[in-house]
Amino acid sequence: MLYSHDWLRTLVPHDRSATDLAAMIGRHVATIDALTPLRADLVPIVVARVVEAGRHPNSDHLWVTKVDDGTGALLDVVCGAPNVVAGTLYPFARVGTVMPTGNKGGILIERRKIRGEWSNGMLCSARELGLGEDHDGIMPLEVDVPTGTPLLAALPVGDTCLDVDVLPNRPDLFSQLGMAREVAALTRTRLRPLVDVVASECGGTPVTLPAATRGRDAATAGGVQVRLEDRAGCPRYMAAVVRGVTVGPSPEWLVNRLASVGARSISNVVDVTNYMLHVAGQPMHAFDLARLGQATLVIRGAREGERLLALDGVERALQPGMTVIADAERVAAIAGVIGGRDTEVTATTTDVVLEVAAFDARTTRRTRRALGIQTDAAHRFERGVDAAGTAAALAAAAQLLVAVAGGRVEGIMDVGEAPPPPAPVPLSVTRLGRLLGDTVSAEEVADLLRGIGFATTRDGDTLLVQPPTWRRDVLRDADLVEEVARLRGYDRLPDALTPFRPGAVPEHPFAIVVRRLQGELVASGLHEVRPMPFVRGDDATHVRVANPLAEDEPHLRHTVAESLARRAEYNLTRMEGNVRLFEVGSVFRKSGDRLPVESLHAGVLLMGLRRPPHFTEPEPPAFDAWDARALAERLVPLAHAGSITAVPGSGGGDLWRLQVNGAEVARVFRVELDRPVWAHEAFGIELWVGTLDSADVAAPGTHAAADGARSTSVAHPTYRALPTQPAAEFDLALVLPPEVAAGAVEAVIRAAAGPLLESLRLFDEYRGTGLPDGHRSVAWRLTFRDPSRTLRDKEVEGRRAKIVQTLEKELGIRPRGS
Amino acid sequence: MTLAELLSACDDLRAAALGDIAAVPSLEAWTELRTHLVGRKGGRVTQLMSALPTLAAEDRRTAGAAINALKDAVEGALDARAAALRAASAGGPALDLTMPGRPAWRGSRHPVTLVIDEITDIFRELGFTIALGPEAETEWYNFGALNFPPDHPAMDMHDTLYLAPGTLLRTHTSPVQVRTMQRWNPPIRVLAPGNVYRRDFFDATHAPAFAQIEGLAIDEGISFADLKATLTHFAKRFYGATTRTRFGPSFFPFTEPSAQMDVEIDLGDGRGLRWVEIMGTGLVHPAVIEAAGLDSQKYSGWAFGMGPGRIAMSRYGIPDIRLLYDSDVRFLEQFA
Repeated sequence: MLYSHDWLRTLVPHDRSATDLAAMIGRHVATIDALTPLRADLVPIVVARVVEAGRHPNSDHLWVTKVDDGTGALLDVVCGAPNVVAGTLYPFARVGTVMPTGNKGGILIERRKIRGEWSNGMLCSARELGLGEDHDGIMPLEVDVPTGTPLLAALPVGDTCLDVDVLPNRPDLFSQLGMAREVAALTRTRLRPLVDVVASECGGTPVTLPAATRGRDAATAGGVQVRLEDRAGCPRYMAAVVRGVTVGPSPEWLVNRLASVGARSISNVVDVTNYMLHVAGQPMHAFDLARLGQATLVIRGAREGERLLALDGVERALQPGMTVIADAERVAAIAGVIGGRDTEVTATTTDVVLEVAAFDARTTRRTRRALGIQTDAAHRFERGVDAAGTAAALAAAAQLLVAVAGGRVEGIMDVGEAPPPPAPVPLSVTRLGRLLGDTVSAEEVADLLRGIGFATTRDGDTLLVQPPTWRRDVLRDADLVEEVARLRGYDRLPDALTPFRPGAVPEHPFAIVVRRLQGELVASGLHEVRPMPFVRGDDATHVRVANPLAEDEPHLRHTVAESLARRAEYNLTRMEGNVRLFEVGSVFRKSGDRLPVESLHAGVLLMGLRRPPHFTEPEPPAFDAWDARALAERLVPLAHAGSITAVPGSGGGDLWRLQVNGAEVARVFRVELDRPVWAHEAFGIELWVGTLDSADVAAPGTHAAADGARSTSVAHPTYRALPTQPAAEFDLALVLPPEVAAGAVEAVIRAAAGPLLESLRLFDEYRGTGLPDGHRSVAWRLTFRDPSRTLRDKEVEGRRAKIVQTLEKELGIRPRGS
Repeated sequence: MTLAELLSACDDLRAAALGDIAAVPSLEAWTELRTHLVGRKGGRVTQLMSALPTLAAEDRRTAGAAINALKDAVEGALDARAAALRAASAGGPALDLTMPGRPAWRGSRHPVTLVIDEITDIFRELGFTIALGPEAETEWYNFGALNFPPDHPAMDMHDTLYLAPGTLLRTHTSPVQVRTMQRWNPPIRVLAPGNVYRRDFFDATHAPAFAQIEGLAIDEGISFADLKATLTHFAKRFYGATTRTRFGPSFFPFTEPSAQMDVEIDLGDGRGLRWVEIMGTGLVHPAVIEAAGLDSQKYSGWAFGMGPGRIAMSRYGIPDIRLLYDSDVRFLEQFA
């Protein structure tokens, strides 16, 4: 939202500079996005003092002066003004200045001879600087600044535009008047009445307006009838009939005012409505009375099939539920959004109807959205316009219209009624102090609120606060606490740390697991990524985003690995083949409930060399399935307590399923991706961390009252006594035919070895010469230990014989070389 | 023997000994050489020692120092040679110690995670724990419970990705506030980091999915002064002890009063210190406390929300938000 510093000052005659004002607004009202000087062309002009002034030897109307422009040396300057006086300060254009907007705009000031005397610069008149029409002489400056000071710093000329990020709860700030109210409170300056401001702006004599003709449903005045049928869409509608206007260009001051807030001048009549929009936040519309059928305005609901050619030249189809302004036959405007082409004010218009209404915010918003347009009027109506301000706005607008376009106000109609004022809000001063952490007296609270238009009555600790009609956002005491806090300034509140109770909410168990997984994966040389969870899936199986950003990825992912595969492909296109990525993030499954089943997964992708090359190993091997399995087996215990089993997958890319206590928690697989020939195979891990609880905690407005600790899913390690007795070891190399899996062999060995088997480690696999076709030799190291005594060689030998015998009996396999 | 003769003998012996040491071929020969040079009985250096009493009393100190220096040099050379011989006898030539060590792949946390971790570390010291909530949420947790009136323009700030009528991808981490307040009794001090979604097109400064971190403190007697104190403390820990903060007005439906915190920092862009908004904050709106079934007269609290992605971009000088999503290994390696 743009504000003109100058315009604000006509509403609140304060004496702050634009910079000070911006700082004040930033601290107390809203963020300042930008501060733009509107007369940036005046930047090179400085304040200079004429030290001596003498007659030009060759002229009877020129002067030769000595000018101090702050640079040290005195400059000779020839001047033709009759009013040059030694000792006075004037605006000065140095040699090299390009003259600002004015009657010498764009001219470069050069050192030159004027009738034989050198002149080094130019003393300027107001007209030459575009600061007024005065051309009787140069512009004496009654300021107390050193010579050389930029003119813009010395004079309140050159309006400044303040761009403020107005907050969505403050529709009252969408006007110069709205901000002026805040400025009045902050600078403790009295706000001028709107009618006075408009009168002094246009310089017109006050116009006596006819009394408004009121009616609940209809009113007629000045030969025009207004009928209000859609009370929900328009609680209050006012209109003025003005006859005999002359449509033409606006006066310069009006053009400048609109330009200062970024609006363009159209014609005097339209500019009046725009002026009121910007100054009072009251959108207005002017109809050409001659074009209104039967001189009637009906505010009613739109009918099926109705259309309107709008001011922007687009024909729009209307629907029931929208509010329109119609004449006796057809739609003339869409309420609060945009007017119609057929009834707009043109160069030949002589009689107009000025509309000042309070349209319903939600209806305007729905209509505006359905039609897909945004206008200054809709922007304000959908956020709420002060319905109590319509009469004052219409009075000011009529006054202004007559002043700039002539004509007579022949009737005013006021139909419907303004909504009741906002309900009063009780505020406990003690509670306010407790919430702010500071003591604020009831007097100070009342004083601050009064400054922005709130009325207060005190009853002991309680202030009963009546919000003004333009502050319908203030509903309860917290809203008033904010008003007091911001008006005093947040910076005034104390900020020393005081004792606090630590939170009683236990850490979410997944958060603990995520940290462990991240630590292990980073230590294993993987990079964490945070891609987006959108994929191209299938409507039958995947959760679909109803309004996706990209139609080629409208679904939510089932696995993290799919996202990682796409990221790996991205790296491959950049010729990077060593890709080790992981992410811990959400995945989504369709469910019968309202929300999808959302689980937290850790996904891993391994591709490329197992280690960076080194001179001891110039060509390290690439990652293989065994690396992926080992990493998965390291990760699982970080997320799940219990005994882990790796079950071979179904073949193809499906390598292993990892189970904890019989339940599958992770998969290890080959990753399918677009892979150039030079790239290595990619392996993936998908680990289920847990399912997020997305059910409602409790019904709205109620509490589940949970207390006590939440169990974490990860067990602590338990110490086992260190061995005191020596171990006995032997190796067993077995020849396995193709159909026998190592896992089956291990199961038999464990069963036959008995309880003293401490560990069983597969350490070698051999295929080739010396073995029958398709057979392989697999070797295990077996470690036996009795915790209480030393094992005898004979016992160990006996164990070995038993194992070999059982293997032959159950699996038909023998040790190698036997 | 004169002092001059002795010093000259020292120099000769040093040159000869160092040459012999360098040339000694084996550990056996080394042992012999060692006895010959510095043996207690009859070693060459030891012999020079025995010549000391023959010198004039005033020269003995100078001579003693020279002999000791010689002894140190010889013994040092012997030790180094022994180490080299042992290494050589263990197989292969001596190590070329100028060659690089064996590297391993270095992993990395994502820059956004680095920022989240740093923030959570600071708040943990202040009694905060981590809370998590689902990214697929109901409209009630995302909007209704957070005091967004239905159909209010405030929702324009959240152009939302919907899943079905009434369900959506959360537009902020604030639903976790409500879930936490509904489940647990105060005192509550939690941080909720997580991903949030907006219907924003993907360009250099916007992404449709990004990280946010929420903070929430609820107890009896919590005030705006507590909010200022805690967040100022945080800013000084995060950006440096001399960092200045300021609080200005803002608006969120779920806080009242609402504020924004600015910090004065140097973004490293050559523009020096300047004020940068880093978070939205405020006292939790009583309507939100009530929506969670707590007594808003008894309990009060504050909340904040920050964007770790934006902080990471300014902290690490990342010019384009898309780098955070592309997962280019050459980018990620810079954070290892």
